[in-house]
Amino acid sequence: MANIMIRKTAEGGLSFYLPKRDLEDGIVSIEFDQADKWGGELRLANGGTYYVDPLDAPPKLPISLRAKRVDAPE
Amino acid sequence: MTTLTREETESLIQEVLEVYPEKARKDRAKHLAVNDQSIEQSKKCITSNRKSQPGVMTIRGCAYAGSRGVVWGPVKDMIHISHGPVGCGQYSRGGRRNYYVGATGVNTFSEINFTSDFQEKDIVFGGDKKLAKLIQEIEQLFPLNKGISVQSECPIGLIGDDIEAVSKKAGKELNKIVVPVRCEGFRGVSQSLGHHIANDAIRDWVLSNRDGQEFESTPYDVTIIGDYNIGGDAWASRIFLEEMGLRVIAQWSGDGTVAEMENTPKAKLNLLHCYRSMNYISRHMEEKYGIPWMEYNFFGPTKIEESLRRIAAFFDDSIKEGAERVIARYKPMMEAVIAKYKPRLQGKKVMLYVGGLRPRHVIGAYEDLGMEVVGTGYEFAHNDDYDRTIKEMGNATLLYDDVTGFELEEFVKRVKPDLVGSGIKEKYIFQKMGIPFRQMHSWDYSGPYHGYDGFAIFARDMDMTLNNPCWGQQTPPWKKGAAAGDEVKAAA
Ligand code: SF4
Repeated sequence: MANIMIRKTAEGGLSFYLPKRDLEDGIVSIEFDQADKWGGELRLANGGTYYVDPLDAPPKLPISLRAKRVDAPE
Repeated sequence: MTTLTREETESLIQEVLEVYPEKARKDRAKHLAVNDQSIEQSKKCITSNRKSQPGVMTIRGCAYAGSRGVVWGPVKDMIHISHGPVGCGQYSRGGRRNYYVGATGVNTFSEINFTSDFQEKDIVFGGDKKLAKLIQEIEQLFPLNKGISVQSECPIGLIGDDIEAVSKKAGKELNKIVVPVRCEGFRGVSQSLGHHIANDAIRDWVLSNRDGQEFESTPYDVTIIGDYNIGGDAWASRIFLEEMGLRVIAQWSGDGTVAEMENTPKAKLNLLHCYRSMNYISRHMEEKYGIPWMEYNFFGPTKIEESLRRIAAFFDDSIKEGAERVIARYKPMMEAVIAKYKPRLQGKKVMLYVGGLRPRHVIGAYEDLGMEVVGTGYEFAHNDDYDRTIKEMGNATLLYDDVTGFELEEFVKRVKPDLVGSGIKEKYIFQKMGIPFRQMHSWDYSGPYHGYDGFAIFARDMDMTLNNPCWGQQTPPWKKGAAAGDEVKAAA
């Protein structure tokens, strides 16, 4: 588990930031993005995947969350 | 100058790599690339933020340099103790020409080197007592300081001193901020982690100090973050931000103060100059205080205009008008600068190798003068820096990450740029090779280069360097042809 931060980019997409490794990347897809459920698996532009426990509602961004690494390219 | 095609650039990289043993070659190959604008993800072509190879000459610094030298050092009304042996501090006091106003030694201290000067006994028995004593001494000698930061050098982490406890106690006693910074040089692969650690220390010890306090704010409050005021850069940026109607309530760390840092969370927008060294704190403020932030670029009129409009988009019409007014006002001045220097600089090729943001930000300024950047690279960038660089650079130009002394020399020999812009360690090598050189870390004792005023100086400096008559005097008279020899005789 690692602390991550998700924020909105100027272009309207989501970006992923992992402070511990200074890893910054775009989020290409998010598993749940509904009014009552938000989170789940995050797929990054670099090919990695992280998992955050789904929230009950879309949060106010930016937000710091705990995430689990599912799969990382390196 | 030769223009290389993609294939030629690729084979140039291969050739340069040939001298390395196989393992090193494989590693270094990942850090060198030919630019391809169609790539979205720099990761596919270039690796960055990795440990340097042993045995090569890297130009990087350490985490302590990133914290003490870059982020904390310019905060002028604090005293920054280089905690550990005396050597590390030597390179980090005011050498970057972070200009500031104040009476040095009375209420500002950036140019003075404070160190705990560790001796053998401090390493053996620990230096916490010494640190406590030192803080008292500082307070007696320089009572007008607004705070103290303890910048750890390598040994502090190795011997396990508890600088946090000492700092906390001292802070209570003095009723000032005393900030322990765990920026030991062995952390991370370059100065980059030092920036991050320094940002975290600002977050934990400074930023929230005035939360809940009264502050007379306006809707137009902004801050300038991550401008180190090298040669007066931040001042040259600040004046026209104010001219367009914004109020700059804080500017750091160049010419920065503790009060400004503490007031930063009251801003409506954080303007970030050096993304690499201060995005951390901006992210934090966005999450905690809901302050948006944006990276701007004030090098050269084209980028300034772009940035001003993007900044204005965060505000109402009066600021948008203000931005247009500023742009219109400076336009004739910029046109005059370009009219004067472009004919003298047109078509010249530049290679850069610098730190934080300049390898991509100054490209626009060169292009405004009709020059072209044919190679660029960062000392300590991360992937996201290259993501943005790829778009700024032409196709088939060279990209090099954490380039070694050997590689850079070979690249320059082959690409034959008209100008090299890099640091002090490269300066004399290239000048001796007969290539015009500008020191692009501290502007070669010139500056400012940011903003409208800065661009005029930038253009003059580039012209002065490139068209300097000394470059035509490199062949001694006895090696010139007979005709030249006659001339000399005639002149005598
Ligand atoms: S690596 Fe350690 S010893 Fe060397 S300058 Fe940095 S802090 Fe000092």
